[in-house]
Amino acid sequence: FYLTPPQVNSILKANEYSFKVPEFDGKNVSSVLGFDSNQLPANAPIEDRRSAATCLQTRGMLLGVFDGHAGCACAQAVSERLFYYIAVSLLPHETLLEIENAVESGRALLPILQWHKHPNDYFSKEASKLYFNSLRTYWQELIDLNSGETTDVKEALINAFKRLDNDISLEAQVGDPNSFLNYLVLRVAFSGATACVAHVDGVDLHVANTGDSRAMLGVQEEDGSWSAVNLSYDHNAQNKQEVERVKMEHPKSEEKSLVKQDRLLGLLMPFRAFGDVKFKWSIELQKRVVESGPDQLNDNEYTKFIPPNYHTPPYLTAEPEVIYHRLRPQDKFLVLATDGLWETMHRQDVARIVGEYLTGVHHQQPIAVGGYKVTLGQMHGLLTERRARISSVFEDQNAATHLIRHAVGNNEFGSVDHERLSKMLSLPEELARMYRDDMTIIVVQFNSHVIGAY
Amino acid sequence: ARMFLRCLSDVRWRVANPNWRGLTSSSRRSTSATAEPQPIPLPAQAQVVICGGGIMGTSVAYHLSKMGWKDVVLLEQGRLAAGTTRFCAGIVSTARHVTIELKMANYSNKLYQQLEQETGVNTGYVRTGSISLAQTQDRLISLKRVASSLKVMGIPCEIITPKQVAQLHPLLNIHDLVGAMYVPEDALVSSANVSLALATAASRNGVQIHERTSVSHVSVQKGRVAAVETDRGQIQCQYFVNCAGQWAYELGHSVEEPVNIPLHACEHFYLLTHPLKEPLATNLPTVVDPDGRIYIRTWQGGILSGGFEKNPKPLFTEGRNQLEIHNLQEDWDHFEPLLSALLRRMPDLEALQIMQLVNCPESFTPDMRCIMGESPTVRGYFVLAGMNSAGISYGGGAGKYLAEWMVNGYPTENVWPLDLKRFGSLQSSRTFLRHRVMEVMPLMCDLKVPRWDFQTGRQLRTSPLYDRLDAQGARWMEKHGFERVKYFVPPGKDLLDLDQSKTFYKPDWFDIVGSEVKCCKEAVCVIDMSSFTKFEISSTGDQALESLQYLFANDLDVPVGHVVHTGMLNEKGGYENDCSIARLSKRSFFMISPTDQQVHCWAWLKNHLPEDSGVVMEDVTWKYTALNLIGPRAVDVLSELSYAPMTAEHFPSLFCKEMSVGYANGIRVMSITHTGEPGFVLYIPIEYALHVYNEVMNMGQKYGIRNAGYYALRSLRIEKFFAFWGQDLDAFTTPMECGREFQVKLEKGMEFLGQEALLDQKQNGVYKRFTMFILEDHDTDADLWPWWGEPIFRNGRYVGRTTSSAYSYTLERHVCLGFVHHYDEKTGEELLVTTDFINQGDYQIDIAGQRFQAKAKLYPFSSLFAQRRRKDEVELSGYQRE
Repeated sequence: FYLTPPQVNSILKANEYSFKVPEFDGKNVSSVLGFDSNQLPANAPIEDRRSAATCLQTRGMLLGVFDGHAGCACAQAVSERLFYYIAVSLLPHETLLEIENAVESGRALLPILQWHKHPNDYFSKEASKLYFNSLRTYWQELIDLNSGETTDVKEALINAFKRLDNDISLEAQVGDPNSFLNYLVLRVAFSGATACVAHVDGVDLHVANTGDSRAMLGVQEEDGSWSAVNLSYDHNAQNKQEVERVKMEHPKSEEKSLVKQDRLLGLLMPFRAFGDVKFKWSIELQKRVVESGPDQLNDNEYTKFIPPNYHTPPYLTAEPEVIYHRLRPQDKFLVLATDGLWETMHRQDVARIVGEYLTGVHHQQPIAVGGYKVTLGQMHGLLTERRARISSVFEDQNAATHLIRHAVGNNEFGSVDHERLSKMLSLPEELARMYRDDMTIIVVQFNSHVIGAY
Repeated sequence: ARMFLRCLSDVRWRVANPNWRGLTSSSRRSTSATAEPQPIPLPAQAQVVICGGGIMGTSVAYHLSKMGWKDVVLLEQGRLAAGTTRFCAGIVSTARHVTIELKMANYSNKLYQQLEQETGVNTGYVRTGSISLAQTQDRLISLKRVASSLKVMGIPCEIITPKQVAQLHPLLNIHDLVGAMYVPEDALVSSANVSLALATAASRNGVQIHERTSVSHVSVQKGRVAAVETDRGQIQCQYFVNCAGQWAYELGHSVEEPVNIPLHACEHFYLLTHPLKEPLATNLPTVVDPDGRIYIRTWQGGILSGGFEKNPKPLFTEGRNQLEIHNLQEDWDHFEPLLSALLRRMPDLEALQIMQLVNCPESFTPDMRCIMGESPTVRGYFVLAGMNSAGISYGGGAGKYLAEWMVNGYPTENVWPLDLKRFGSLQSSRTFLRHRVMEVMPLMCDLKVPRWDFQTGRQLRTSPLYDRLDAQGARWMEKHGFERVKYFVPPGKDLLDLDQSKTFYKPDWFDIVGSEVKCCKEAVCVIDMSSFTKFEISSTGDQALESLQYLFANDLDVPVGHVVHTGMLNEKGGYENDCSIARLSKRSFFMISPTDQQVHCWAWLKNHLPEDSGVVMEDVTWKYTALNLIGPRAVDVLSELSYAPMTAEHFPSLFCKEMSVGYANGIRVMSITHTGEPGFVLYIPIEYALHVYNEVMNMGQKYGIRNAGYYALRSLRIEKFFAFWGQDLDAFTTPMECGREFQVKLEKGMEFLGQEALLDQKQNGVYKRFTMFILEDHDTDADLWPWWGEPIFRNGRYVGRTTSSAYSYTLERHVCLGFVHHYDEKTGEELLVTTDFINQGDYQIDIAGQRFQAKAKLYPFSSLFAQRRRKDEVELSGYQRE
């Protein structure tokens, strides 16, 4: 039993989304041409989330992928909330005042973000009031703190990450009179999520990363070939510096128990994450919250379980590492993806596959006969071969879909094998997670003309 | 290489100029070794300025100068014959589907053949013949239809077997062929040299040619061309001819009042090879393989092969400058399907070495026919462009017709199918053109089947009822941008999809249209006819009546509320338009014309009304939705809806009255149907359209009302022997020739346009007669269907062609309408056609080479029709008494 190519396509394309930055007067003045994104679930339901939005009160565009664990609640909350925290952190004092005054007097709020969402990317209606109040408290504090300095993007990103994680933690401790919301905030806090967020404003690109998702820049060399530049460091056991950091933060006595089997306390793959209060709260606090919490929480073995060797919390932080990059004309695209992609594919291959896809067939060097002696037969053979090679390209209108197709279906020769693709996609739910992870990809395409003009 | 031109800087091409001969004929490749002649200043004025030195511009100049117009200046922005003309493949092919195009190609071929002798310029003319291959039976039918046309034109041509194909051309693989058409007199030329030869002859006749001169602007005064601005100064002129090829669109817009020339360029590729080991003979036939989408000709011992791919690449949508034409890239990946087709057709060419892939943009038009004629907005502004890649085949004939048009006021043939005025500004959107030419270019090779509709550029003009009708199963066709219903597919019934529905035989909608026709005959049908052109013409005094009396053949001085069918004739008595005119009041008239008359009729009226006539014209086409209620129960529906008696005593035929229908007031109701069936047309202000339609449908339910489309209308009008303008009637047909004397009032007390010609015909008789043919031994299910353009044979001799045809569900026979001529058996001279001549013949209609017995009639079947018809005549005579 195999899925037919159209069936495969409908699975691959179910979550694809594209956004093109609108043009004015036939010109795109933004350094971003647009982006393609897509998700392929392995868990049911998928635990990955993605977000993309344009900042309306400041310049720039935000894009992020979020990889949840122990459920999707945290990833969902972060995908809804993080960009608001970032946008607010970036706002100048006057704008914050204006917004606060509007809320105070019940006037219409200035819109802060324009979201670019796939229909499947939902926002929680029930929690919006709660989330809004937390956000408002944050900006009120920012107003009170008014430092008078211009906002530094790097600092704003770090503050926003930390603040949101703090709010998630606080909301779970305080609880909510509404039982649904009460359970929700607890689920958010007890599950976890990594985040990899890019902020693009003109040639200034910041990537803030918490956890083991990854950002990668696709660079076209002068000879037309493609190379990859990492714009984030994975926060996991493979990152020596990260292991060092964790060890520095705890007494020497815990050195052996901190990282076991490449996991934090022998349990958690990422070394930084949102939520996961089991790795952040004191044992007393955890017990108190779980006991006073709803039955569902109490009955859950996972939440009740205290990690072994848990002596000096917190063991986990949501603080991101921020990397700045000034975009150059040869920087053609940025790939943000959860570890589901990076586990199956080397970044060099990602750069090549996306690069060749975005530049299209014609950059596969057009044939010119020039002065060479070529016969009709030779030319015909050459063209037929070229056509066969590019035919898979035409199936996808979305770079992220194209990448997923390769990630899932590539054979040992680096080309998509339909049989393999079909097998991988028809795995039953319970088996799928053993062969592949949730995969979420955003491919941002840059406008080299605009970047070159800076 | 022969195709590459001499280098010649700005020379005024005159016989007197000592340089021209040496430069053109001997030292084509010489550079500036010859002394550079000084540019000669432009004249301050000229009668005619032609813009464009390609095959079209030089052909117009050549023919104008031959006809005695010598004060002509031809301007070319680069060098002569350096645009598309230089790159074009040089195939002169007469195998054309449209009669007028066939005639142009035939003339071109004859012209080019003797051009070298006339001018001394080597044109490279070789009579090679051409073979058009058929890989399918349908393709063979299509070729047989062309062959029938060619034969009656006297052009040698035969349908041959695959074996004969192999004998004609040694390299061809014939295993997948079912047959072919061989036209032995088709030829090859060097197109650039043909153009130079025409220029040379024109120049000898006094035409001034200036190269490297670009036209920037055309000035207009009082609606007439006044002068041409160039980068080298101004030339005052009376006529301007736009032969700018793919730049014609942009040039058309460099006028105060833009001239819309709807064409768009597409890239076109062809391949040149080195010679074969044993070089191919120069006289080997050109091969056209439409199913493989390619053509192949010999070229310097090797071959030249190009084609029309399925996925064309339009270009210059935004408009570019000419230099880019030289920088176009070869695109081998794009050419791959054509190369595959070539190697399939000639497998032995595998080892042949490639020389070059040429990218040569061609301009295409929205309906695959070229654009010729005078602008409807600027008098004296003529256009000849948009050749759809057949420029060299049409060049001679097209130039001749345009020159005749300018010198005599109209060409010697009916060129309405090519007339610029068939388009309006609505076809000039760049987006429309870009999308449409992407459909048109592949169509060059597609099967030309009856009733083909374009798929792109649709839903541009629609009736307010469009969605309602569409939801009820309407299938649409397009006319002049307007969506019209062909027929309604009943719920639960499926038709073939588009590609499979292409047929030369009985179409899949046969029964559907049959039931619509039946309903028109027995109950009542409603057809949305909103696309028809509608003008209101009025004046404060009697000027409107006086002007219209002069412009129309019938008597329009009828009582208010009467409708008159009348032709708008030219001086020769030919139909410029055929319309119905209602007298709304003493001083205002409502005129209904065919859909595609919108531009032409407007221009004709404007040009023929004196400037200070005081007549006010308004195009109200968009203001009214027209519903045609056809059938014996129409009268019941309408009288119930209006609470007014609608019977013949109260509402005689050919009558017009504003009344209320349902809640809506001010509905203009006319007792005409365009089919000869009883019924009415309702002209409804558009905001009431949906209401009135709903009311009619609700009320009509008990009378069995249903929707119908144009195919039903067509069947009805053809079995009633009703002629339609644009199909049966044209500028060369008079009312006398189509049995419409009763629509002409020769003694209406004042002179009218065409009167003299009609009087002459009345006295001396006519040279052709519109005749109705009923096919006798034609099996509707098994035989090929007639379409139009089929040759008519009388006693075995060719006497004319059909102009339209339809299946009559009443007669259960096919009916063809067409014109019968009388050619002298020995001299071929045209003789008078009398009623006896028609009635005493034994007729056959040739459908794709197969002849069917036909019965000729000069009058419609009275039994079908008697009651109605007599009533019409009674009313007509009624007018006379008043």
